[in-house]
Amino acid sequence: MAEKLLMKGNEVLAEAAVRAGCRFFFGYPITPQNEIPEYMSWRLPEVGGVYLQAESEVAAINMVFGAAGAGARVLTSSSGPGISLMQEGISYIAAAELPCVIINVARGGPGLGGILPAQSDYFQATKGGGHGDYHLIVLAPHDLQEAFDLTVLAFELADKYRNPVMIYVDGFLGQMMEPVEIRDPVDLSNIPPKPWAITGAKGRKRNLIKTLYLEGEMLEAHNFKLKKKYEEIAQNEVRYELYMMEDAEIAISAYGISARISKTAVKILREKGIKIGIIRPITLFPFPYNVYESFSDKLKYVLVVEMSMGQFVYDVDYGLKRKVPVDLLSHAGGIAPTYEEIVSCIMEKFGKGGN
Amino acid sequence: MKLVFSRPESMFDKQMHYCPGCGHGIIHRILAEVIDELNIRERVVGVAPVGCSVLIYDYINCDMYEAAHGRAPAVATGCKRVHPDLIVFTYQGDGDLASIGMSEIIHAANRGEKITTIFVNNAIYGMTGGQMAPTTLLGQKTTTSPFGRAPEREGHPIKVCELLSVLDGSAYIVRGSLSSPQKIIQVKKYIKKAFETQMKGLGFSLVEILSMCPTNWGMSPTKAQEWVAEMMENLYPLGEFKLPRGE
Ligand SMILES: Cc1ncc(C[n+]2csc(CCOP(=O)(O)OP(=O)(O)O)c2C)c(N)n1
Ligand code: SF4
Repeated sequence: MAEKLLMKGNEVLAEAAVRAGCRFFFGYPITPQNEIPEYMSWRLPEVGGVYLQAESEVAAINMVFGAAGAGARVLTSSSGPGISLMQEGISYIAAAELPCVIINVARGGPGLGGILPAQSDYFQATKGGGHGDYHLIVLAPHDLQEAFDLTVLAFELADKYRNPVMIYVDGFLGQMMEPVEIRDPVDLSNIPPKPWAITGAKGRKRNLIKTLYLEGEMLEAHNFKLKKKYEEIAQNEVRYELYMMEDAEIAISAYGISARISKTAVKILREKGIKIGIIRPITLFPFPYNVYESFSDKLKYVLVVEMSMGQFVYDVDYGLKRKVPVDLLSHAGGIAPTYEEIVSCIMEKFGKGGN
Repeated sequence: MKLVFSRPESMFDKQMHYCPGCGHGIIHRILAEVIDELNIRERVVGVAPVGCSVLIYDYINCDMYEAAHGRAPAVATGCKRVHPDLIVFTYQGDGDLASIGMSEIIHAANRGEKITTIFVNNAIYGMTGGQMAPTTLLGQKTTTSPFGRAPEREGHPIKVCELLSVLDGSAYIVRGSLSSPQKIIQVKKYIKKAFETQMKGLGFSLVEILSMCPTNWGMSPTKAQEWVAEMMENLYPLGEFKLPRGE
């Protein structure tokens, strides 16, 4: 029976993972995501799983590699600096085509930066981060119910495509509380079989999980195979929300917490008679470029709101085929955009003409 | 006719890529013999390192991973925690284990992770062309210690067995050598005991093996074996550093 509970974002993510059948967690503490490992340290033993605090993020992600290769549903979580350390392992996991889920509760960088929320790991999340040609599937919830549902989805997508999936939230979502419907556990018997997994070569040919291709032709073939998979993911898995976009002449584009704040701004602007809506990507990879393109002849202006210094804006601009003027409203390092600020930004441009 | 010698069942019938006189081939062979003798081929999982022996999975016939440079103990940990009934080993060179992967091996040992590490110490980086390793001897010339390793410049050789045996989580820590047939037979016994330690659930086990890299040492295979006996065994004493509790 699904139940509705008041929970903190990080705990929602952790509980959702357990409900999704995750039984292994390897991680290393870093603020503002510590409630995830803390929750897992008591919750996983309760369901017969294993929580292990690794000696570093480098080790944690390689433990994830080992557990994912062994066929488990496995999770790690971290924040900016820790995710940077995991990049080596993430590249290997993507190369070896192993399913796992990685949560980044992003904080402000660069460097040690600070523990306050930001969205400034966008490039790292969506454009690689580690070495080589690979992609993560990147999911960006904007409230806690969605955080729960997308976490369950993340494990499904990871298994379906044998690919690491990142849940990319910011510290606001990690730290805030709201009521969430905690859905029933997934039926673990529905998890697709993993005949490639390391289980001991009993009664079958041995399995091998590797990422080394010494011959150029074989390495290229592997890269083309990965590329094909990413194209298939782009075909099937684009997710987005169009908020009040039916008759919109101008739009805000934002993801995660910035989109949530923008919704309030849009409600106020609509009351002022401005035909405005929001294009909100839910998957940051695959990015909904086509959706933006479909609006590129209809819109006369787009305001991008992001808690980083202009990373997400590149994808928006690319999707709009550079046909629409785009402005950027940036904040970072713990400072969130306010809806008042967004409202006045739009009013300054469009308020006078009685739009 | 009585069959007195054959390829171990756990070994693929494949020509190895190693240089003449390299120790990796010998160690692969005795490792496969041990797997056969313990009859664990279908329960054993290997984790290959980055180094000349990255291709060990082309020779040993069991489920295997290939890990990032130095991370084999973490990968082995992930596997073992999912399948506690499997017998998991890592196979690592000195660059892999004692340099980039030092943190992973210390913590796996300290956790008492029930895995077995085969640690091949040839005092040099083989795969990348003969650079200095953490285990390179004082005075030894390599491509990145061209004047011979000096402690004030390049630091001291790291003694892995000595280091790991003080950790409470390590159960069986031993050092052997390939410098003579007798010692090779002894190494095989060590490997067997290390696997048995794991199978009894006693904790982390590591077998360090002093081995030859004739190519990068710039020596003939025979000379290289002598150098192991004369130089390496002098610095790295052989024997069991830590025995499983109760022995
Ligand atoms: C992260 C990373 N750094 C460096 C390398 C390059 N590299 C490959 S093998 C190696 C040294 C291997 O030496 P060792 O572990 O002693 O094994 P050997 O080849 O001597 O058997 C290095 C530095 C790499 N592959 N990955
Ligand atoms: S370079 Fe050295 S370690 Fe590598 S195969 Fe040749 S002899 Fe063996």
